[in-house]
Amino acid sequence: MTSERRLMQGNEACAEGALKAGLQFFAGYPITPSTEIAEILSRRLPEQGGKFIQMEDEIASMAAVIGASLTGAKSLTATSGPGFSLKQENLGFAIMTEVPCVIVNVQRLGPSTGGPTLTAQGDVLQARWGTHGEHTIIALCPASVEETYYLTIMAFNYAERFRTPVILLMDETIGHLRESVQLDKYDKMKIFSRPRPWETPDKYLPYAAEDDAPPPMAVFGEGYRYHVTGLVHDESGFPCTGNHAAIDRLLRRLNNKIMAHQDEITLYKDTMTEDAEHLLIAFGASARSAASAVKIARREGIRAGLLQVQTLWPFPEKLIRQKTLGKRSVLVPEMNLGQYAREIKKVVSDKTMVVTLSQIDGRLFHPNKIVAYFRGEERHAEIL
Amino acid sequence: MMKDPRQWQIRLSGSGGQGLILAGIILAEAGNLENKYVVQTQSYGPEARGGAIRAEVIISDMPIDYLEVETADIFLALTTEAYAKYCYNVASGGLVIIDENVKTKLQRTRVNRFPIIATARDSLGREIVANIVALGVLVSLSEILHYDTVLAALKKRVPPHTMELNARAFEKGWDLGKERLAVKEVEKI
Repeated sequence: MTSERRLMQGNEACAEGALKAGLQFFAGYPITPSTEIAEILSRRLPEQGGKFIQMEDEIASMAAVIGASLTGAKSLTATSGPGFSLKQENLGFAIMTEVPCVIVNVQRLGPSTGGPTLTAQGDVLQARWGTHGEHTIIALCPASVEETYYLTIMAFNYAERFRTPVILLMDETIGHLRESVQLDKYDKMKIFSRPRPWETPDKYLPYAAEDDAPPPMAVFGEGYRYHVTGLVHDESGFPCTGNHAAIDRLLRRLNNKIMAHQDEITLYKDTMTEDAEHLLIAFGASARSAASAVKIARREGIRAGLLQVQTLWPFPEKLIRQKTLGKRSVLVPEMNLGQYAREIKKVVSDKTMVVTLSQIDGRLFHPNKIVAYFRGEERHAEIL
Repeated sequence: MMKDPRQWQIRLSGSGGQGLILAGIILAEAGNLENKYVVQTQSYGPEARGGAIRAEVIISDMPIDYLEVETADIFLALTTEAYAKYCYNVASGGLVIIDENVKTKLQRTRVNRFPIIATARDSLGREIVANIVALGVLVSLSEILHYDTVLAALKKRVPPHTMELNARAFEKGWDLGKERLAVKEVEKI
């Protein structure tokens, strides 16, 4: 990549970021507003020796991604809400079997088919809890085209390092947005690949690992044979439904392997938060609106600041506690009815007021809603 | 919202399939080539053809926070439906460019009517390049970007075999704008 500034679309940045991260396999089923990711990769991925396949539906796409990853390929699928719902079962399978992969959800207005070209951030909690059972997930959320490139690379890095599915939670606005980017500064980013076993195939225990680490991952087709199951399993990979100690060890390890590294997984940006009386916490496209509102508020003499959360999950509890300490209020503008605001409320001191600001009409969150709140005129503000 | 004098907010509108999103992309590409900060967004329905659509571009000397046009410095409409739907929040002193066939409810005088679609159809033989004719009119009337950078942007964004036709369309539009400027002041809101 040269140092030239390029005009790029969010979805294109996602595709390019995936290639930069070493993407080798994509399976998907096109859906607005994520289609460009598949469209671009159908051309770009084979050029780089990778495989692109359009599957019969989203369920099969997710299954194909898991299969490809088991053969050692860095794998990706991209979808939107309706497809994301369909992928949930296999997403859980990938968590349980510790198969690294990246799932992009370019959010559109839901529920159901909702509004294919309308923007929304309604899948924040679905990303966290869409699949059943106790589990931990990583979800990243970009607020610009350049961030989309960067966070796609980080999504692959986390997936590979921790052997887990990672969700890149975009929104229609950022997916379809075009803006200038300068990507050469990411040329030297460290690219991670999953750890490989050093044992010979006859000694390989596929799920043997430290209490807070993923196990090394063998590549199918290189002589290692092992059992991959969504059932609870012990180090051998075979089901252990009667061994409660092994079940406990597995489920705690699946959580610990991520949570032990939470500090380094927590990505964010902050602007004028230090002296802020009112802290805005935002993510995705609405973070851009919040940034604009902060500037307007400052001009009117209101001490506002912005914490833009890039890592939505695991929930950055420590960061939020730290940044909200001593603030008069915390305002959370979201294109949903307060999904993240309620998570924030759980960890913020009672002395700080948490307010959810919502816009769910399919249009981009407008900065004037935030400004109107400061003037006491916003209708869709709710104190939690 | 306070207006930054070094920022241009542009809203293009028309019917789905007329290529206004592409026109927006070309404007943004040209802004990028002139080392400006640019964002381009769009709004469209599920239909591939027909229906009013809008494409928005902000070209700025400074990083852009909020991504959509708040008050348009330039507004373009190629159809009556798009004009009715998207001609709002035009800045005072803003420039409104419409195709000659667009029906405006009030007999507004401060709009600039041009035979955009007719030029594409009759002088160039392809109505499909009306978007690029419009682009030529817009750039020459507003002088927000240089002729050469828009041409370079065009080259980056249209299929190579259509470049010659598109370049002619852009020139035709440019000339329409310049001719108007030669005989009278451009109308401002």
